[in-house]
Formats: sequence, C-alpha cells, structure tokens
Amino acid sequence: MLGDYLTREVVQLDVEDLKTPEEVIRYGGQLLMETGKITQGYIEKMIESFSAIGPYIVMAPGIALPHARPSGDVLTPCISMIRLKVPVCFGHFDNDPVQLVFTLGGKEDNSHIAILQELGSFLEKEGIVSKLLKIRSYEELILLF
Amino acid sequence: MRVLTVCGMGFGTSLMMLMTVQEIGRKHGVKVEGEAVDLGSYKGKPCDIIIASSEIAKQIMAEVPVLAVTNILDKADIEQMILPYLKQ
Repeated sequence: MLGDYLTREVVQLDVEDLKTPEEVIRYGGQLLMETGKITQGYIEKMIESFSAIGPYIVMAPGIALPHARPSGDVLTPCISMIRLKVPVCFGHFDNDPVQLVFTLGGKEDNSHIAILQELGSFLEKEGIVSKLLKIRSYEELILLF
Repeated sequence: MRVLTVCGMGFGTSLMMLMTVQEIGRKHGVKVEGEAVDLGSYKGKPCDIIIASSEIAKQIMAEVPVLAVTNILDKADIEQMILPYLKQ
C-alpha cells in the first residue's frame, strides 16, 4: 500500500538548498500540491502548526512527519518523501538533525490512519532507516516496501 | 490500566502510540484501556498515565505521571519506560 502513495513524483532524494524547517516543510508540501493532492492552504497550516506547537513532528531521530489537522485542504490522503542532502535542525532536543521527511495529508474521514500505521510499521523494521539514508534511486526505494 | 496518549493535533500519531502501548500491555498480560487525543483535548480526561512525544509532553500539565517518548518507532524503549507502570 505504501508504494501506492509513495509514487515517483512525490519522492525526492538528496534535495539541496533547504536550510530551515519551514523551507523543508514547504518543499515536502509542494510535492503534494503539485500533484493535486493538497491545497496551498494545507502547506500554510503545516507551517503554522510548526510555529505554534514546536518541533514535535520530529518523532524519531532524523525523521520528521510534517502534517496538519485533517481538513478539506487535503483532497486525497497522501504522503511525500524527501531526503535532505544536508540535514536540517528543527529545534528538537533529542531527534535533530532531520534528514528524512515524510509529509502527510489526511482527510476528516480518517482514511489516512491506516497509511500512517503502515508508514510506522515500515519505518520500525530493522535496518530500514539506514537503508533509506543510502538508497540512490526511486527504484531502490520501492524494493524496500 | 487507563492510558491517555497525546499528540500535537488530531492526525493519528497519538493513536499509533496507543496501539504500541496496548500491544506492549498484551505482551505482559495487562489490559490497557486508552484514548488517543490531542493537546487541545487532554484536560479532564481520567487516566492513570499520560504518554506523549517528548516535545508535547513538555506542554502537558497533569496530576498523573506524564511519560515522554523520544522515538515513536522504538518499541523496546517505550516498553522499558511503561513497564514499571504496567506492573502496578
């Protein structure tokens, strides 16, 4: 199922020139917006949320899960994945700096919960995170699903 | 035992934590009842312990123990943290 969401156009490896958490969140969001899955409004909400609540989205060492409250700004449940060429600090006491970013969009019908669970199960697998840091192409990524 | 898991907003990460905690409970033969809520809704909910990711835990004020999860993917770590409470 993850492979159905993490399609080629929403995955980018070794993204350069992103220096702040806001730039990172915007970039992950833009991949989803450009593919028609969310609106610009959702990107702004994710940024606001980061401002208001802090870097809690960095939920594991090196991994951020930007998202905002499910709403009509999300047209279809979605995830994008970016790997930063240069890790960025989000201000999280334990889990900085961030290198893998999974930007998530969910609708009010909670259809995204299953996807989130799948992402969690995937990332928990032994050795997966270090593989994600090493893959060199989208083809190598899908072999991991 | 009743657990409240708290995330930043109602996306589902608190539900992920709750499921992990219930799984750990099952492993140790302890029935864990729980609810997954967000920062705006945790007050006034009766529970024995609150579990939240570390940056959220800092923002929680409660009379029950508040356990901070650093790494939501590290089940062994979460298990170690909640075990003393499960055994009560």
